[in-house]
Amino acid sequence: MSKPLPSAGSGGRFVRLAETGRPALQLLIDGQPATALEGDTLLVALLTHGRRVRSSEFGDGTRAGFCLMGACQDCWVWDEAGHRLRACSTVVSEGMTVRTTPPASLWPVTPEVAARERGEVFR
Amino acid sequence: MSDTTQQRSDVLIVGGGLMGTTTALFLRRHHGLSVTLLERELIGRQASGTNFGNVRRQGRDLAQIPLANRARAVWSRVNELLGEDLEFVPYGHLRVCYTEAQTAKLEQHVRDVQPLGLELQMFSAEALRRRWGIFSDEVVAGSLSPLDGHANPRLAGPAFGRAAQRAGAHIHEHSEVAHIERVGAEFVAHTVDGRQYRAPQLLVTTGAWSARFAQDFGEPVPLDARGPQMGVTEPLPYAIGPSIGVSTPIETEGLYFRQIARGNIVFGGGLKGPAFADAMRAYVKPDNTLRQLRELRRFVPAFANVQLIRVWSGIEGYTDDWVPVMGPSARVPGLHYAFGFNGEGFAISPGVGEVMAELIATGRTSTPIDAFSIGRFAPAEQDQPITT
Amino acid sequence: MTPPRVVVVGAGPAGVRAAQALVEAGVRPIVIDEGRRDGGQIYRRQPDGFTRTHAMLYGSEAAKAQALHEGFDTLREHVDYRPETLAWNVTPGQLHTVHASSGETATLDFDALIVCAGATDRLMPVPGWNQAGCYSLGAAQIALKAQACAIGSRVVFMGSGPLLYLVAAQYVKAGAKVEAVLDTAPALPTFAALRGLLNRPRLLLRGLALKAMLRLTGVKLLNAITPLRIEGTPEGGVAEVAIHDARGAERAFACDAVGLGWHLRAETQLADLARCEFAFEPLSRQWLPRIDADGRSSTPGVYLAGDGARLLGADGAEAAGRLAALAALHDLNHARGRTLFAAERMSLQRTLATMNGFREGLAQAFPWPHAHAAALPNDAVVCRCEAVTAGELRRSVLEFGSQEVNRAKAFSRVGMGRCQGRYCGHAAAEIVAAAASIPVEQIGRLRSQAPVKPLLMSTQEHE
Repeated sequence: MSKPLPSAGSGGRFVRLAETGRPALQLLIDGQPATALEGDTLLVALLTHGRRVRSSEFGDGTRAGFCLMGACQDCWVWDEAGHRLRACSTVVSEGMTVRTTPPASLWPVTPEVAARERGEVFR
Repeated sequence: MSDTTQQRSDVLIVGGGLMGTTTALFLRRHHGLSVTLLERELIGRQASGTNFGNVRRQGRDLAQIPLANRARAVWSRVNELLGEDLEFVPYGHLRVCYTEAQTAKLEQHVRDVQPLGLELQMFSAEALRRRWGIFSDEVVAGSLSPLDGHANPRLAGPAFGRAAQRAGAHIHEHSEVAHIERVGAEFVAHTVDGRQYRAPQLLVTTGAWSARFAQDFGEPVPLDARGPQMGVTEPLPYAIGPSIGVSTPIETEGLYFRQIARGNIVFGGGLKGPAFADAMRAYVKPDNTLRQLRELRRFVPAFANVQLIRVWSGIEGYTDDWVPVMGPSARVPGLHYAFGFNGEGFAISPGVGEVMAELIATGRTSTPIDAFSIGRFAPAEQDQPITT
Repeated sequence: MTPPRVVVVGAGPAGVRAAQALVEAGVRPIVIDEGRRDGGQIYRRQPDGFTRTHAMLYGSEAAKAQALHEGFDTLREHVDYRPETLAWNVTPGQLHTVHASSGETATLDFDALIVCAGATDRLMPVPGWNQAGCYSLGAAQIALKAQACAIGSRVVFMGSGPLLYLVAAQYVKAGAKVEAVLDTAPALPTFAALRGLLNRPRLLLRGLALKAMLRLTGVKLLNAITPLRIEGTPEGGVAEVAIHDARGAERAFACDAVGLGWHLRAETQLADLARCEFAFEPLSRQWLPRIDADGRSSTPGVYLAGDGARLLGADGAEAAGRLAALAALHDLNHARGRTLFAAERMSLQRTLATMNGFREGLAQAFPWPHAHAAALPNDAVVCRCEAVTAGELRRSVLEFGSQEVNRAKAFSRVGMGRCQGRYCGHAAAEIVAAAASIPVEQIGRLRSQAPVKPLLMSTQEHE
């Protein structure tokens, strides 16, 4: 171990305790540059950069993974193209782009429903 | 003091799916007859609970449109009728197609149903893109039935059952009927655990299991059990109102899907899977699932980035001629049937219930159902009804 | 004589030892592993480029972990190893797999299928457990073992079972801050529990040593607690754990992460899809697939071993994996397999019996607090996937008449989320049973449906 340990106060949720001598790599999280270490899972990259992985669809707030073993399915995120990535079982690669909210292109609202939600009839 | 091993009512219904429970409800509400319903397991558990949930008139055989119209009127007020939310949404039923030949068929159907009170709208590929924008370039046209929609089949049967019960129907679950006999002017149903139920009128609504009862009364019906191949996705942002399907003569292409308010997409279609009525089991074949994913991606490319969470099947009854069996027995007075709806009974079930209740209570119905008569299966020379 | 087609699902202790037995007998099995690397969960391997030794990672189990890893490394060229591959479905004689990244599927014909699917943590919902910062105990351990991270800067561990103390101790040794270890089990095991635990005295002593070490380092250890709430905010996640202590007084522990777990829950989806019969096991209050003493399920050709069948731990899994593989070869009339099976069967079964005795002690010493489920307030989230509450689940019983857990699922949606009932299923059964006043063993079990885990809809058919 050759580098000092970053503290959790850097904005992340997870705390690195060891193995910080690995090469760094760069990725984009919600369009923001972030640094991870080679061998990190995407979940660790997300949670050393910030405190959430995604938000629940059902209004009960942010989520940050749960089982870390690919069983709970609570850590699915997206890349910019809308591909689904299970953060705990995906290894970070250089230049990866990750989104913690679904891109609009993933499942776009149809114009008809958008009109209805505005209180209008689609014309 | 009543003899509890011999319960009597005006009408005995065997089979607690939607056909049985809707009839029970309307017999009580509209006609005041006493009703006992015997369900082998749990109300609405079989085809009624495992189907896709389409509430559509478009695309049906023309003979069913009057019945479907009648059902649609009930769907409009179903939450109020039952005091429960069946998640019915009237945002339309859209069917799209891949070929000009099929477009012509859709257009013909628009013309065919118009005199029957159903107004459909054709859409070009461009018009589909403007209003929905989800279809691939393979989709060339579509037809919308704007007032059709979809509802939640897991909830519907049990909700009708509870409403029937509150209205005074005697609903008995875990009451498998071993056999039914005619004694004098009454039908007597014997459950496997020795209970007996009697009534002068009997309705058989046992879905895929109905053939043996029809056979017992001398009216054999060729009935096949098949399993719908269903799936549901993870929740997605709510985006799509109508239930949507592909209209095609090629069985493997015939996919359909709908989005529920919570965001999940329910889908089905393509080849059916194996269903074993005797063993009460039905299966989804893995190759059917993978083919369905391919066909879904084919007509709505956005499916490629969606996750499938679960598949399921059920046990549906199919007749040889794709026409339901509904109406009075051709041989036995007081006996009635409503089964064999070929995987599309959900939408018309409230209409079936109203019509069967009317028929049983008054001897006639204002909705044409002659095309569904069980008599069509009788050999030509058989013309003697069973007398007591 | 064509060689038997044997497929092993899982590359943890059970799967590795099963594969090893098969190779020793001269068979080349296919080994399906959902993970990127062999090792399973408890002996999860760290990625390449990590430098910690086996001793640092696995502590007292370092030698076993090393033996398992080296065993598989030697085995690799003798098996058809398919990592990152999920077995998503099984039909008679065929396993259906999908590769995680490519989405390519395969259908594998088998003469024998040995399912070593392992287990997940077993969770009892706690109000607030759906917030960011709540993890399973296993997750907390994986974060440390496989990624050298702690799940937070002030961690509370809550639940019961030996893993509770093991993970906490591992965290302390690695330099993480552990606020408290909160055990729902009483401090002193019953005599019956002790008797069971004494089947493996070394393990029992190790457990006691862990507790002592934690106390010495200033970690608060409480027993016989009742979880009340995990406090926090929707945006920020977990901030505090509130409990009733053994005397009934309310206590709170500030934290930014909680590790929760009550021992283990067998992964039985493949066994269910293979139409194996299940039986309710009163000791652990969970439904498990029926197996005979050698690991045969009720479905001919399907064998079950490891924590996915009986929660005997890693050592038990190794023995069970080997025994099931040899039983499979015996049943296929494989000459070398029969010889090995005849020679080793009794001693493997004896090992398993010892493990089982210990398991019984564990279940009694660290009981699954099933009554907590019935006591959950109505607004407690039971299904984390879709935020379905205990109240909605009770409505399915009280208003809609559910007397069976699949019926309750149909009405309430509990079990319909992405985790497919893994984390809510046991508690849901207890809630439904309590609301219906029916014993939990009569309330049924959530039936598994394919896919075993969610399948991306870009998954391709194969030729």
